[in-house]
Amino acid sequence: MTGPAPTPVVQIRGVDKVFAGRDRGQTVALQGIDLDIAPGEFVSLIGPSGCGKSTLLRVIGDLVQPSRGTVEVNGKPATQARRDRDYGMVFQSPVLFDWRSVEDNVKLPLEILGRDKAWRSRRAAEMLELVELGDFTRHMPYQLSGGMQQRVAIARALSFEPRILLMDEPFGALDEMTRERMNDEVLRIWQQTGTTVVFVTHSIPEAVYLSSRVVVMSARPGRITKIVDIDLPRPRSDASRETPRYFERITEVREALRAGGSDVDDAGIPSAARTMAEGAVG
Amino acid sequence: MSAGAERNEIHLLERELELELEAAQPRVPRLKWRRPFALLVVVTLIVVLWEGVKLLGGTPWHPVGAGPGSPVVWNPPFRWPFATDLNLPHVWNIAYAMGQPFQRGAEQTLLGYLVGAALYTWREAFLGFVLGSLLGLGLATAFVHSRLAERAFVPYVIASQTIPIIALAPLIVFALGQGVLAVVVIATYLTFFPVTIAMLRGLRSFDPRALELLRSYGASRWGVYTKLRLPASVPYLFTALKIAATAAIVGAIIGEDTGAIQAGLGRVITTFNQYYATGPEKLWAAIFVAALLGVVFFLLVRVAEILALRGRPGIDA
Amino acid sequence: MSAAQGIAPAGPSPAAGPRARRGYPVRRALREYVPSIVVIVGGLVLWELAIRLLRLNAFILPAPSAIWGALAENWNGERFPLFESAKNTIVEAAGGFVIGTTAGVVVAFLAGRWSGMRALLLPLAVAANAIPIIAFAPLFNTWFGLLNPLSKMMMAAVLSFFPVMANVTRGLSGVDPAALELMRSYAASDGEILRKVRIPNALPYFFTALKLASTLSLIGAIVAEYFGGQGSVLGRMIVQSASALKFDITWAAVSLAAVAGIAFYLLIAFVERVAIPWHASSRNDG
Repeated sequence: MTGPAPTPVVQIRGVDKVFAGRDRGQTVALQGIDLDIAPGEFVSLIGPSGCGKSTLLRVIGDLVQPSRGTVEVNGKPATQARRDRDYGMVFQSPVLFDWRSVEDNVKLPLEILGRDKAWRSRRAAEMLELVELGDFTRHMPYQLSGGMQQRVAIARALSFEPRILLMDEPFGALDEMTRERMNDEVLRIWQQTGTTVVFVTHSIPEAVYLSSRVVVMSARPGRITKIVDIDLPRPRSDASRETPRYFERITEVREALRAGGSDVDDAGIPSAARTMAEGAVG
Repeated sequence: MSAGAERNEIHLLERELELELEAAQPRVPRLKWRRPFALLVVVTLIVVLWEGVKLLGGTPWHPVGAGPGSPVVWNPPFRWPFATDLNLPHVWNIAYAMGQPFQRGAEQTLLGYLVGAALYTWREAFLGFVLGSLLGLGLATAFVHSRLAERAFVPYVIASQTIPIIALAPLIVFALGQGVLAVVVIATYLTFFPVTIAMLRGLRSFDPRALELLRSYGASRWGVYTKLRLPASVPYLFTALKIAATAAIVGAIIGEDTGAIQAGLGRVITTFNQYYATGPEKLWAAIFVAALLGVVFFLLVRVAEILALRGRPGIDA
Repeated sequence: MSAAQGIAPAGPSPAAGPRARRGYPVRRALREYVPSIVVIVGGLVLWELAIRLLRLNAFILPAPSAIWGALAENWNGERFPLFESAKNTIVEAAGGFVIGTTAGVVVAFLAGRWSGMRALLLPLAVAANAIPIIAFAPLFNTWFGLLNPLSKMMMAAVLSFFPVMANVTRGLSGVDPAALELMRSYAASDGEILRKVRIPNALPYFFTALKLASTLSLIGAIVAEYFGGQGSVLGRMIVQSASALKFDITWAAVSLAAVAGIAFYLLIAFVERVAIPWHASSRNDG
């Protein structure tokens, strides 16, 4: 589980991404990215704002074309992987469609994939059970809380059994308590489905708690500065947050972030301190 | 698709640089050059289409400003009824007519006459615009401070938006006599609706936490009004004023037309309409000036908006 | 940030409407609607009483009963056939509404397809908002025939066209970029994005525009009628009865126009509520 396996799900080689800005010239969002992700791995991308972690996620998902370099997913180009529906995406906002019920939102990708009606219903029910929203199938999105909406988005992303789940700061807008609950939920779902997960986050504790590996990035230009193996035993729980090894890994990631650039994202560190304090008390 | 992908990337870039941008420079509202340029392109396209239609199916072309007796310069292959010189005069003949006396024996050119009429109409519209805005602001202020007043009257303010208010114009003219006062009242009437509705929302558009902050300072209602409600409502006010500017001019033109006021554009349009058969260019010129008056008034409000909202983020109409 | 968010709901939010207040539904409805009902009933009674008891000059502003009388008397009148006029004006407005709305939707879809066209059209829509389009009414009379109802219909159509075109264009293009990314991650086709994202997203904009267009089409028809045309229409009734100093008939005609406008608006609001029940405007109102 830790460390790249011989046949990677994602293979990134020498990827650069340069954005042509409108009035401030070019921005080098990514430079010289090499990364392999093994099947069933849970990999987090962490770094300061503007380090290109969201861009890297989108390069993997073929939503952004790299300026240079190659991305292979399941042994084929990323574009082909997208056409084969290998990706499930979860964004920071749930992106639920107001005009669809919870159930119909989960069915959306199944409709696009052309699955038949009975399958769609069965699958949507299963997925909503999985995220523990079985009682809310007929609700409209506006009737749900933020955390519940994000769970619908996860159910939707998993509904067509994608090979890779790409999550872009999915819990960034949630409060700390809901976020921790959602973290456990994601781990549970990940263990049940065995999907490979690439997870972008601002939060050091979140990255350490969830991941098999944490990819630390720095900004201007966006680069990978360090990859930290997280050797915490599975399954993880609140007790894992109190082990010395957990704090060691957090320190390791934080020092890698500090070393990576002068302006480390401050948003991550106070929240890390807060979580640690809470963890120590609880 | 590629354009979509490109937009996507720009969006992403903006997201990545969001924090940076916010720290570096507050977005200053400014007139973008692209929009006036696009409008120029559209106007050019319309003129080209217009004359293209005349080229294919108009009446035989004569030199600019010359009568039917003069030599034919171009004989279009078709004869379309909607493209005759009567129904669709040449653009250059309208321009030429602008430079001619506005009626036989007059010294003033048509353009000068129309600009004079437009200024007259604008004065009426502007007076109504100011009065209507003040009235709307006053009403909205009363409504946000008294829930009873709001419940009693706002449904009618909203319902009245669904009514063709202009239907009242002839009544107002006859009630107040055929004079400038009636026209000003109509313009006022058309202005106060959008302002009231917008300010009802605008005066409540503040951040509730700011209200708590002011309350913690022990601010009075008046203090909350001047320091919070009013400043927060300014963007809403200007949205309404831009609508009201046109509405006031529409009101003035209709009021002049029904009120038989000789000096303004409304009456000029009616008069030239009656003599359309002998001089279609004059009506076109009058309508062109009316359109221009609307655009100029709108732009004046827009400039005021830019000045008033300088330094506020994200104002970009 | 999270601390501040925690405080906000605790205090009474002045931005929240009366709906936020608690109470039994009936009592809440009473508190909500009684003041406005009192105003309309009281206003009409005061108006009537003022004219009857104070013997005011009822010339310009006749009593409600007098207006009602004029309406009944002239419903099928010879000189002022109000029913016939209302029918003709509504047909003109509705025809213009259909023409303008259809054209607006078609152009908006074309503009959604080609961004270059959109770049040209939106400034035109802004300019059209600033132009007193009503000044073009005499030209429409010339083009489509003074006595032909089509000339009024086209005025109504042009006034309806611009808000529909601008709003639907915004609705089709103003989609959450993340929703587009989501659809792209499913490798959805342009057609699927149009059907599953853009069109549902544009529906609320469309209905907002329809509500505007319903009023504008009626205004367009009536104002075009002011500038001349066939006799039995509300615009002519209003002008002619006012110049004949029969203000009770003028008020009756104005009332008919108002009722038509409100009915038109309510019809669209009803369709909106049925068609897009998920949308905030359907959820919160009333």
